[in-house]
Amino acid sequence: MKARTTTGGRVDRSKKIQFTFDGRSYEGLAGDTLASALLANGVHLIGRSFKYHRPRGILGSGSEEPNALVTVTRDAARRTPNLRATQVEIYEGMTAESQNRWPSLEFDVGAINNLLSPMLPAGFYNKTFMWPRSWWFKVYEPKIRAAAGLGVAPTLPDPDRYAQQYVHCEVLVVGAGPAGLAAAAAAAQSGARVILCDEQAEMGGSLLSERSATIEGLPAMDWVAQTLASLRANPRVRVLARTTAFGYFPHNHVGLSERLTEHLATTPANLPRERLWQVRASEVVLATGGIERPLIFPGNDIPGVMLAAAARTYANRYGVRVGERIAVLAGSDAAFEAAVDLSATGATVAVIADVRPVGSIDGPGYAAAKSARLRILPNATALGVTGKLRVEGLQLGLIGADGQVVAGNTIACDTIVMSGGYTPSVHLHSQSRGKLSYDETLGAFLPAATVERTRSAGFSRGVSGLAAALNDGATAGAAAAAAAGLHTTAAPLSASSLDAGLAGQPGALPQLAGLIPPKKAFVDFQNDVTTRDIALAQREGFESIEHIKRYTTTGMATDQGKTSGLNALGIVAATSNRRLAEVGLTTYRMPYTPVTFGAFAGAARGEQFDPVRRTPSHDWAVARGGVFEDVGNWKRTRYFPIGSEDMDAAVHRECLGVRNSVGMFDASTLGKIEVVGKDAAEFLNRFYVNNWTSLGVNRSRYGILCRDDGFVYDDGVIVRLADDRFHVTTTTGGAARVFGMMEDYIQTEWQDLSVWITSTTEQWAVVAVQGPKAREVLAKVVTNVDLSAAALPHMGVAHGQIGGIPVILMRVSFTGELGFEINVPAEYGTDLWEAIYAAGQEFAITPYGTEAMHVLRAEKGYIIVGQDTDGTLTPDDAGVAWAIGKTKRDFVGKRGMERPALKAANRKQLVGLLTADPAVVLEEGAQVVLEPNRPIPFAMIGHVTSSYFSATLGRSIAMAVVEGGRSKMDQTLHVAMPGGDIPVKVVSTVFYDPQGARLNV
Amino acid sequence: MLVIECPYCGARPEPEFAYGGQAHVARPSEPATTTEDELLQYLYLRDNTRGLFRERWRHVRGCGRFFNAIRDTTTDFFVTTYKVGERPDLPGVGA
Ligand SMILES: [Zn+2]
Repeated sequence: MKARTTTGGRVDRSKKIQFTFDGRSYEGLAGDTLASALLANGVHLIGRSFKYHRPRGILGSGSEEPNALVTVTRDAARRTPNLRATQVEIYEGMTAESQNRWPSLEFDVGAINNLLSPMLPAGFYNKTFMWPRSWWFKVYEPKIRAAAGLGVAPTLPDPDRYAQQYVHCEVLVVGAGPAGLAAAAAAAQSGARVILCDEQAEMGGSLLSERSATIEGLPAMDWVAQTLASLRANPRVRVLARTTAFGYFPHNHVGLSERLTEHLATTPANLPRERLWQVRASEVVLATGGIERPLIFPGNDIPGVMLAAAARTYANRYGVRVGERIAVLAGSDAAFEAAVDLSATGATVAVIADVRPVGSIDGPGYAAAKSARLRILPNATALGVTGKLRVEGLQLGLIGADGQVVAGNTIACDTIVMSGGYTPSVHLHSQSRGKLSYDETLGAFLPAATVERTRSAGFSRGVSGLAAALNDGATAGAAAAAAAGLHTTAAPLSASSLDAGLAGQPGALPQLAGLIPPKKAFVDFQNDVTTRDIALAQREGFESIEHIKRYTTTGMATDQGKTSGLNALGIVAATSNRRLAEVGLTTYRMPYTPVTFGAFAGAARGEQFDPVRRTPSHDWAVARGGVFEDVGNWKRTRYFPIGSEDMDAAVHRECLGVRNSVGMFDASTLGKIEVVGKDAAEFLNRFYVNNWTSLGVNRSRYGILCRDDGFVYDDGVIVRLADDRFHVTTTTGGAARVFGMMEDYIQTEWQDLSVWITSTTEQWAVVAVQGPKAREVLAKVVTNVDLSAAALPHMGVAHGQIGGIPVILMRVSFTGELGFEINVPAEYGTDLWEAIYAAGQEFAITPYGTEAMHVLRAEKGYIIVGQDTDGTLTPDDAGVAWAIGKTKRDFVGKRGMERPALKAANRKQLVGLLTADPAVVLEEGAQVVLEPNRPIPFAMIGHVTSSYFSATLGRSIAMAVVEGGRSKMDQTLHVAMPGGDIPVKVVSTVFYDPQGARLNV
Repeated sequence: MLVIECPYCGARPEPEFAYGGQAHVARPSEPATTTEDELLQYLYLRDNTRGLFRERWRHVRGCGRFFNAIRDTTTDFFVTTYKVGERPDLPGVGA
């Protein structure tokens, strides 16, 4: 650790930690980040840039870092890319790797992009990869992705656990620097429930980087420790370190992502890896500080060029000397503070070159630098940097009185630290839709009017100076508690520190005329956006900052332009002769820093991602090799193969089993709604198209439901169980929406009706027994019911028992055969299924699945709403107009279906289709056309909705909607297919037993 | 995630609610005398208000009740919620 100072810093010098970076072993100290540990080992080259593959070092010291992205790998399933080395805490045995390089960081083939860079200007992707379209997917994008890419995702499922927690509090304080700590302390004093969160491992914010600051007469970090101890001792206060407030959502809903195990060498089994906190706070205090801006000059991205505040942090917090011979480039007083502290690490400060003129340089840092006898050069600028993988020198320029720049010396140095002033971190304020206003004096956008119950405090609203920031925080904390209805007063706090302000120099540094074109000065380091790109975008007519952002991609990388935003604005302002405030800001969006998918998914993965609904026959079907399909959340058995049967063979056998003897089918998934009340019949009269008042008790009827636009919405059998009680069935998929629609009309349109509805889908299990032998099967098990055709005719309902279980027996058929649907309380569903199966053995009863059910009903022309209808078919189009109660004054859809367009003769109507070749099964969805061999374009007059091979009929059958279909009976139409037209004959939708002889037995 | 005030249950988080479109769109109850224009108005034509807007919501994962709200479409925020049958007047909000 050649660059480690001998004393100082917050690292634990007694705890050495071994880790590897790009396969090489290094030693760091407990308390180090990967960045500070690498710098302590003299390693500055950390990665390659996104577009040009330029060598990159460490620019910052926290979440603002755009360059030093690394991948940390624990094992094949735990490989996390795109982590900022400045935030990664090292642990014993950590394996970290650089990104964007091949074969090695020092020699990277992709760096050829740097040589080709004249061909990679702003908008390059937009301009170049336009044509041909298919090349985009096949050629360009994979190549670009392979060449660029930000890290590699793990290939195995994430084995870790992620927790989520909802929590309420009176005051949420974001940021535990001086203002945030003071705010939390003041708010806590009121008795408020307070949450204090900070993205860093250690709390203290800017104070962690101070050498000599004091608060209330104590060394600043002693005051921090004292304040935190008292907050942690308060049961109403929750202190969350390593926790990023990443998003500010409406009504003070703030998302926090807490990382619990990322910093540990071995992760305890009882801890989730991360926890997503969803905080609902009465009041929010944003004490998010600020981020130092880079200066923009050619070569400002070469490893060894670093933010001054970051260099100061490495010196004071981590005991790391970032260079031996350092040039300081100052655009603000903060650079002087850094120069003084860097010189105290034993490094040589070769020069402090200040871009400002003599008279405007002032402040405590300047005074300290002067008394430390550091060499200060005002009116200076940087014309370039020498060195490739590491800084070797700073090429100075001198700004004359006329503003012209002349070349100066090259200062030999291994490190350049720079400060362009600070940008207050207004991200969360802006996410909360708070307004920003530009402060000309400070050169910063500051929080203005708020929309949410939130307030900013300290540096994040432009209040600089330790004492001022502390008291601003305390005042904000007390005010937040008061706004939440609690009372407290903030006691004034005293402090001393160097206190550089936040003003600085947004935009590019002055350059020699003509220098800018050939050399790259980076604005957005992560997306490799240079001053030239921004200038080019403006030359090409992009004026709005939002357009410039998208065209150049400045601010669009994973760091969302934390260090680049204001500089980009400064350049745009300067080149377009606008004031910075006029250019305006781009929108801040969540997340502040990237959040893992794991945190968002939480427990909602695998089996817990979506609930699974299982029918009573589920286990029985599984045991017999049943093949399932998903219908909504339901698992339904599609077919029950025997031996090596494929689906066609199984369905063929199942259909014939039903037609020739008897079959059984689990119909429990049907939606069921109980409609009760003295106006139940009147409600159904108004709701369904049918007439219900005439339906007798223990009788059932097939109902059609339309929407008010007159189109079919759902269907199902409805049973009248009593004068004031109906059992309504719906389609499997329609249960919830029909229930919601009923509630809508009951609650809003027909408040005059006395009616209540209850969903009973889960309360009833249903087994359909269908086939000529159905009655004989039932006779073996049903007691107390006369099953004769006279006593229980088609659509009749009876109540009885099976093995003592109460059953409701409905004589209904969705197959065209003699059929019954047996309803039992759901907990008896499995018993019922097994009882029917046992009773059916002597008739070789065939359990059948949804596929055979579909074929059997199609043979009879029974529609499936949602398959044969699509929301644009009226009951007449679907061939079920007979269901409409013609004498009713009103029902849902009555007026709608009277519209002329809905009664036009040429509407698409449901018809049957028979192929000329009986072996040909049409494709569902295939288009129907009038003429064969027609010229393109041609009219499509309909499409196939259902199509099967019918075992019963020994040929294919299909249903289709066809314009004026019922007037085209026996005509030949054509189904257009890629392999050629298929001629079809238009027929009735009822292919089997049109007289219904098999039903009425 | 908004906090929405159900007039029956109180303040609850947005995922408990479902949006129900524009409020106070009366369903023509006499099909025989409903004109084509009235029908189209009811079925298909809705306001696209910038600002305060009366709309229907349902506390679908709560009490199940429909209610009405006045919401500012420029901010997403609710101004007030009220029960079916009520109709509070507010300056700047359409009928
Ligand atoms: Zn409610």
